[in-house]
Amino acid sequence: MGKLFSKENREVFSSPINLNNPVAVQVLGICSALAVTSQLMPAIVMGLSVTVITAFSNLIISLIRNTIPNRIRIIVQLVVVAALVTIVSMILKAFAYDVSVQLSVYVGLIITNCILMGRLEAFAMMNGPWESFLDGIGNGLGYAMVLVIVGAVREFLGNGSLLGFQIIPDGFYEMGYMNNGMMTMPAMALILLGCFIWAQRAINDPDKKKK
Amino acid sequence: MNALRKYLDKIKPNFEEGGKLHAFRSVFDGFETFLFVPNTTSKCGVNVHDAIDSKRIMSFVVIALIPALLFGMYNIGYQNALAAGKLAETGFWEMFGYGFLAVLPKILVSYIVGLGIEFIVAQWKNEEIHEGYLVTGMLVPLIVPVGCPLWVIAIACAFAVIFAKEIFGGTGMNIFNVALITRAFLFFAYPTVMSGDTCWVATESICGLGYNLPDAFTMATPLGEAATGAAITTSMWDQFVGLIPGSIGETSVIAIGIGAIILLWTGVASWKTMISVFVGGAVMGLIFSNFGPEGNAVAAMPWYQHIILGGFCFGAVFMATDPVTSARTETGKYYYGFLIGAMAVIIRVLNPGYPEGMMLAILLMNVFAPLIDYIVVQNNIDKRAKRAIKK
Repeated sequence: MGKLFSKENREVFSSPINLNNPVAVQVLGICSALAVTSQLMPAIVMGLSVTVITAFSNLIISLIRNTIPNRIRIIVQLVVVAALVTIVSMILKAFAYDVSVQLSVYVGLIITNCILMGRLEAFAMMNGPWESFLDGIGNGLGYAMVLVIVGAVREFLGNGSLLGFQIIPDGFYEMGYMNNGMMTMPAMALILLGCFIWAQRAINDPDKKKK
Repeated sequence: MNALRKYLDKIKPNFEEGGKLHAFRSVFDGFETFLFVPNTTSKCGVNVHDAIDSKRIMSFVVIALIPALLFGMYNIGYQNALAAGKLAETGFWEMFGYGFLAVLPKILVSYIVGLGIEFIVAQWKNEEIHEGYLVTGMLVPLIVPVGCPLWVIAIACAFAVIFAKEIFGGTGMNIFNVALITRAFLFFAYPTVMSGDTCWVATESICGLGYNLPDAFTMATPLGEAATGAAITTSMWDQFVGLIPGSIGETSVIAIGIGAIILLWTGVASWKTMISVFVGGAVMGLIFSNFGPEGNAVAAMPWYQHIILGGFCFGAVFMATDPVTSARTETGKYYYGFLIGAMAVIIRVLNPGYPEGMMLAILLMNVFAPLIDYIVVQNNIDKRAKRAIKK
């Protein structure tokens, strides 16, 4: 048990959430982060789906990594990811139909998410199953965290609600408050993401750490 | 004047390093250089200075904006009285006073928010205050409809100053015209107060001036009417003078013309850009009115009406000629202006969702201005290289 949660393993799990965040630091998976974050609910579901798929594809690839011929490894990885994406997409259709309609093609497009292939190539191909699994969960959660923050800000300012429940009281609207239509557009998501990256880097200022 | 100079000199030590008001150094510096041309010269190298510095240039633009501003104030009162049906019994000063009270808060909000951010950033980065907001702050109230609430203007100004200017490095570094980014933000974020038919006429009386209109009062701009296929209700003369509903400063061709003369006479704006915007709009208008799509009321408008209506003149005179965001090569200015004019008419005619295309056309060409400059410069290099090889 002690070995399972050693310091290195905890590092593997926690670094992608903050210091090596796939969206904020590596700037991967931006396309889907802009497309699905207009509301909080799809952002959460998308984040969880990516977490599950990254974790299990990392695990599976790591288990069979020694049997994959090097020249066709990308194809093998794609097959594994595609299978997992299909499973997740079917589960969503069965149990959360409304959200899966909102997410539309973006569930299927998880297969092209750079974070997935990046983790498979960079981590799962050369590490054991347990580390790979942790790495997948960490990266997925790092991605999900950014999505949830951006999604919450956009839904709150764009629709005045969170998870579909109205937060801003009617009295505000009567006094002349208006929802910001710009927040529902992907352009504003990019600006918000930029602000998030700005804040994140200001907090973990790499120059300050070196000194 | 001397007394002011003496007073400034007296309080100056307070703001220098170690003084008790050092935190407001940038504010003091900004006001001092605005009131008096600084008498310091650069200490190293050989420099060629223009006779007037950029704060003085900005002041000329603000002066050029004043006719449009004053006419806009009058027009607000006029539209309000016209809508109430009491035009005959309302005096000139009553209408003007009403408009003045309607516009003044917008000007104040725009300057306080924008300059506030500029001051904070200048203090924080330990730099001088940039003068760019002097013009932007005056442009912003002129390009919004009178029905636009103040808090919305405040948010839009803050957004534009931070995201269109400061993150690019401040005045002179921005890719986009800051005032137009303010308008674009308003246009996309709060479409109900920026377009449609409820925001163009002031509907409440202020301090006893003006008239209360029913809540459901609607009045579209001539371009808005044309875009929905309705007949334009105002006469051509009114459209030319500017007695039509529209954004505060954009309606009167005459007032904008006076501003254009001031800008051209002082040499602040480029006549090349200005003329070519009008040529571009006219050519595109001619093409559409002769070969345009059938049954499109905007396409059927004669070319001169395209130029008179909406923000075309205002954009051509005050926005397209912005020296920071327009093309900088002399030949490039022709292409830049022509494409703005043509693009504005294309957007008006072909996209019924946007009755006014000037804002989007200028922002679009802002993006392409560096490319135009690059092509012009490369062309020149190629031409001269060929000439050299032939010999």
